[in-house]
Amino acid sequence: MNYFGHVFCHLRKDLQLEWRSRDSINGMLFFSLLVVVVFSLAFDPTAAMSRQIAGGILWVALLFASITALNQAWTREQRNRVLDAHRMSPAPPSALFLGKALANFLFVALVEAVLAPLFIVFYNLHALGQGWLFAVVMPLGTWALVCNGTFFAALGLRTRNRELLLPLILFPISIPALLGMMQATTAILTGEFEPGLWIRLLIAYNIAFTTVCLLLFETILNAE
Amino acid sequence: MQRSRILGPVGVVWFLLTIGVIAYATRLALLIAPTEATMGNVQRIFYYHVPTSMLSLLFPYVNFAASLCYLYWRRRDPLKALTADAWAITSAEVTVVYASICLWTGMLWGRAAWGIWWTWDARLTSMLLLWLLYVSYLMLRKLSSTGQTHTLAAVLSVFAAIDVPIVYMSIQWWRTQHPAPVFGGGPDSGLDKSMYPAFIFNIVGWAMWGILLLCFRYALERRRQAREQDAALKAIEASLELAK
Repeated sequence: MNYFGHVFCHLRKDLQLEWRSRDSINGMLFFSLLVVVVFSLAFDPTAAMSRQIAGGILWVALLFASITALNQAWTREQRNRVLDAHRMSPAPPSALFLGKALANFLFVALVEAVLAPLFIVFYNLHALGQGWLFAVVMPLGTWALVCNGTFFAALGLRTRNRELLLPLILFPISIPALLGMMQATTAILTGEFEPGLWIRLLIAYNIAFTTVCLLLFETILNAE
Repeated sequence: MQRSRILGPVGVVWFLLTIGVIAYATRLALLIAPTEATMGNVQRIFYYHVPTSMLSLLFPYVNFAASLCYLYWRRRDPLKALTADAWAITSAEVTVVYASICLWTGMLWGRAAWGIWWTWDARLTSMLLLWLLYVSYLMLRKLSSTGQTHTLAAVLSVFAAIDVPIVYMSIQWWRTQHPAPVFGGGPDSGLDKSMYPAFIFNIVGWAMWGILLLCFRYALERRRQAREQDAALKAIEASLELAK
């Protein structure tokens, strides 16, 4: 089996497991829905104002929701000592990481697909900029969150308080990416400035951190 | 681990020298240096704010280098790796101390000069993010269990080092109220000649103080490691006794 065969194998396993339980997707969906409702009660936004703040709220909701799912991402592997089996297997460790990150990416993307219409309804949104750019910004932003998130979830696996540790280390590292996603989304919604610069930032961030994650995952998996 | 006999006296001499330089630098900064034209005496905080901010940008490099050395030596030479790890935690702590002083003096100065404690301007935000990154590094060290702290922390340090330039660029694009840099910030930048001695003595003094802190904390960390190793060794010996 070649490298992508391994990646696909891990991905299929994660999707299958999630399909049978649907724990993390249901949790994320309901959680992000709650965040959206709480924020719209807190701000009571008008149409013009909601365009300014919706980008920020959308990503904050997704960030919190993905944290809840990412914390659970590796616990499956811990049951029955599956993680030790992964360590002993000759398959490349980065394939395990990539499969897991892709699975998480698909979960969060699904949540976004359900959440986006709700967002448009609750906040009376329609984009004044180039709406098709969402098709670029959303995957890039999601990958930026999920790639580092999956990595740090693995990094925090054997620590005390790992539910607490993940946001503590993920947020500071992700701040430039968060800034990029929020600015790009606000730019598209308001049409007041160009999102191009922020999309380039997201691309650079994704390339840099995906590379480092793939290179260092083996060290993390075998850290003892 | 044997201890060198010279290091103790060298440390004492270095400490006294540092105190001397800082005392002289304080006299220069508060009494001798001329009062600045527009801001008056408030500007004297400059002699503390700028040196500490420059130094807090320097120590992260030590942390990054030590972490890379740790990752390289981890399997090849565990003893050297432990030395590197001691440097990594030491420099991270000193970074947090200096960045905190920089942020704090900056807020005091901002309140006096601009009338506000804080503004989300490019430099302030990037400094705050640097501080956040290294606090999160220390949190990880605190929360992870002993056997793997070193590796996890070294990996996070690599992430932080890659994040710093990205943070810097993104914040530059986002905001650009902080004055242009005093050094190399355009034709009008630069200090008046009469202010140089105070500035130079302060930066040297605080750099010496930073190095003192670094070495002191390093010695402390090495002792903690040695004690940990002793305890591990005793545990192994005891288990061997039981097995007999």
